[in-house]
Amino acid sequence: MAQSDVLLKLKGVKTYFFTDEGTVHAVDGLDFQVRRGETLGIVGESGCGKSVTSMSILRLLGKTGKVIEGEIMFDGENLLDLSEEEMRKIRGNRISMIFQQPTTCLNPVFRIGEQIIEALQIHQGLSGEEGNKRTIELLTLVGLPDPVRRMRSFPHEISGGQAQRVMIAMALACNPELLIADEPTTALDVTIQAQILDLMRELREKVNTAIILITHDLGVVAEMAENVMVMYAGRAVEYAPVHALFEAPKHPYTQGLIASTPVLGNVRDELETIPGQVPSLLNPPAGCRFASRCAHRMDQCTQEEPPLIKLEGDRLVRCWLY
Amino acid sequence: MTVSNSTSEHLLEVRNLKKYFPIKGGLMRRTVAQVKALDGVSFSIKKGETLGLVGESGCGKTTTGRTVLRLIPPSAGEVLFEGQDVLKASAGRMRALRRDMQIVFQDPYASLNPRIPVGHSIAEGLKIHNIGTPRERLDQVAQVLERVGLNSGHMRRFPHEFSGGQRQRIGIARALVMQPKLIVCDEPVSALDVSIQAQVLNLLNDLQKDLGLTYLFIAHNLSVVEHISNRVGVMYLGRMVELASRDQLFSKPMHPYTKALMSAIPLPDPTIKRDRIILEGDVPSPVNPPSGCRFHPRCWLAQDICKHDDPAFEEKEPGHFVACHFAQG
Ligand SMILES: Nc1ncnc2c1ncn2[C@@H]1O[C@H](COP(=O)(O)OP(=O)(O)OP(=O)(O)O)[C@@H](O)[C@H]1O
Ligand SMILES: Nc1ncnc2c1ncn2[C@@H]1O[C@H](COP(=O)(O)OP(=O)(O)O)[C@@H](O)[C@H]1O
Ligand code: SF4
Ligand code: SF4
Ligand SMILES: [Mg+2]
Ligand SMILES: [Mg+2]
Repeated sequence: MAQSDVLLKLKGVKTYFFTDEGTVHAVDGLDFQVRRGETLGIVGESGCGKSVTSMSILRLLGKTGKVIEGEIMFDGENLLDLSEEEMRKIRGNRISMIFQQPTTCLNPVFRIGEQIIEALQIHQGLSGEEGNKRTIELLTLVGLPDPVRRMRSFPHEISGGQAQRVMIAMALACNPELLIADEPTTALDVTIQAQILDLMRELREKVNTAIILITHDLGVVAEMAENVMVMYAGRAVEYAPVHALFEAPKHPYTQGLIASTPVLGNVRDELETIPGQVPSLLNPPAGCRFASRCAHRMDQCTQEEPPLIKLEGDRLVRCWLY
Repeated sequence: MTVSNSTSEHLLEVRNLKKYFPIKGGLMRRTVAQVKALDGVSFSIKKGETLGLVGESGCGKTTTGRTVLRLIPPSAGEVLFEGQDVLKASAGRMRALRRDMQIVFQDPYASLNPRIPVGHSIAEGLKIHNIGTPRERLDQVAQVLERVGLNSGHMRRFPHEFSGGQRQRIGIARALVMQPKLIVCDEPVSALDVSIQAQVLNLLNDLQKDLGLTYLFIAHNLSVVEHISNRVGVMYLGRMVELASRDQLFSKPMHPYTKALMSAIPLPDPTIKRDRIILEGDVPSPVNPPSGCRFHPRCWLAQDICKHDDPAFEEKEPGHFVACHFAQG
């Protein structure tokens, strides 16, 4: 792979939160990369560090959180070395984001049209007139009914699905190289989710945007991603092309995740379960973090954490079985 | 309209249930409009059966569950529990019914008092109904905690000390301790991760087998509903649009909305490529539902008649009810 093909590359990223109860090892050594135009799915259960990963890239960790180690290379430059000013220019411009609760990202006191026009002015230097025209185009593109009237709506006057479409229009306003979509459809009904996923596919085809799609829904990943990273307790435990992952999941956690998901049209008497629960990230266990729930656990597993082991076909797995 | 032929085997029968919420406005706080949250819903549930209710946000699932339990008063309709009208029940009869019909919520955290140990919350219903001595109640709480896969020592702990999945088990224990006949489960696993969701679904299944429980299981996730239900009802904008056995519904859906809903679900198998029915637009407001068939503005099969004539909810095949002028398998 040509180096210039790689748009984003994380190396050994550790993001910790320093709280009254102690240090939360939210992301504890993460390596992955995204090529231009690629869609990488990140899956895992709640609290495994998916959102913290996206907030680390965007450097929106708040006061208590900090990337304490590692590099986040975006198009050859380390985002962690940039000034806040430089970072602001990248956010919402070269890197766009959409989140689970779209309305929280829209400013409640400004009309929807104003917010998109402002984004166009800041990021593309368009005049008010040009911005107005382009905004109508964008809202039409994302399928918002009656865009001219909708531009005058306030965020609370539109539904969740419509707000998510507005967020995608904002993202489009900047022709971003990278879109970080953190649970973009989790709060939406399935018929609306289908519309939004369609829109993201279109965006990818038209603008060749690379997408990091964060979700806990294996169905969404299967449908959208080319490659998938599975996270567990702050660590990547498996990485594979999407077909390979669903055909033959390697990590016992990935296997459990897939087996415990009810699949439409495929009723089983009992669902498989993964016993127990996710370990605390205040004091992550030594050794393999999945060991307390793993049916294949060996002595070695609780003593030493397995490295990411390279398998055939561009796959990586963090497990002593391999 | 009859949605069932014999009453005796049915634990619950709901007939033409309506619930309108008033919208107040103006200086006089007069009712200016109504949210037609439920607009004529009929179904029945057999003893020991699970009826799943699915549909998009705001279609009236929760309102159905709550009016059935008489937690909110309906605007019209009948709810028969063991053949007797719940809505006309005397205070005394209602007390007994409150034991027989329990509810499990989506977010047990919100419904558990954070300041009292969970054992107290679980025992509360017993206390209200004057069941047993304090000692006996303690025993029952201990038993029911073990039954849902926690241990009796947990009764002294507080809600925040439990994970989401454990809290849901506590919510189930609280319903179970009353030895109910019917449990309304309103999105009981929607807030849980899949591996934990599977634990809770299996628990609900085991409890049903062992105790002969009857469930009204509300969820927006069709895969979960397919997994747990014997029969399934699909709701749209305050109406039941299709009701059938699980196998009938999932192998041969007849209503265009059900078909769209099923085709919209992303399957965890990248080798499957399906033809998608992408519905346009959002669900309309239940304040002013569309004329005729409520689904017509989004329906790709809509004809002129659909704009004017509200299709009846009819049995198109044995046990398979559909409200559509052009229902087809
Ligand atoms: N107390 C209330 N006052 C006014 N309107 C209400 C009230 N409760 C519910 N509604 C409205 O009634 C309709 C049905 O609501 P309901 O809660 O039953 O939906 P639901 O199917 O359970 O949705 P969800 O999947 O989001 O839980 C909605 O339009 C809702 O906004
Ligand atoms: N602001 C914060 N302060 C302390 N801990 C946090 C904060 N944000 C996230 N965490 C913790 O970091 C871990 C990963 O969280 P997150 O990335 O949000 O998970 P998810 O994979 O569900 O998106 C969790 O243990 C979470 O509790
Ligand atoms: S390293 Fe050991 S405990 Fe961890 S997943 Fe592999 S077999 Fe299981
Ligand atoms: S009655 Fe008409 S509009 Fe309604 S679902 Fe059937 S075909 Fe569609
Ligand atoms: Mg998250
Ligand atoms: Mg509800």
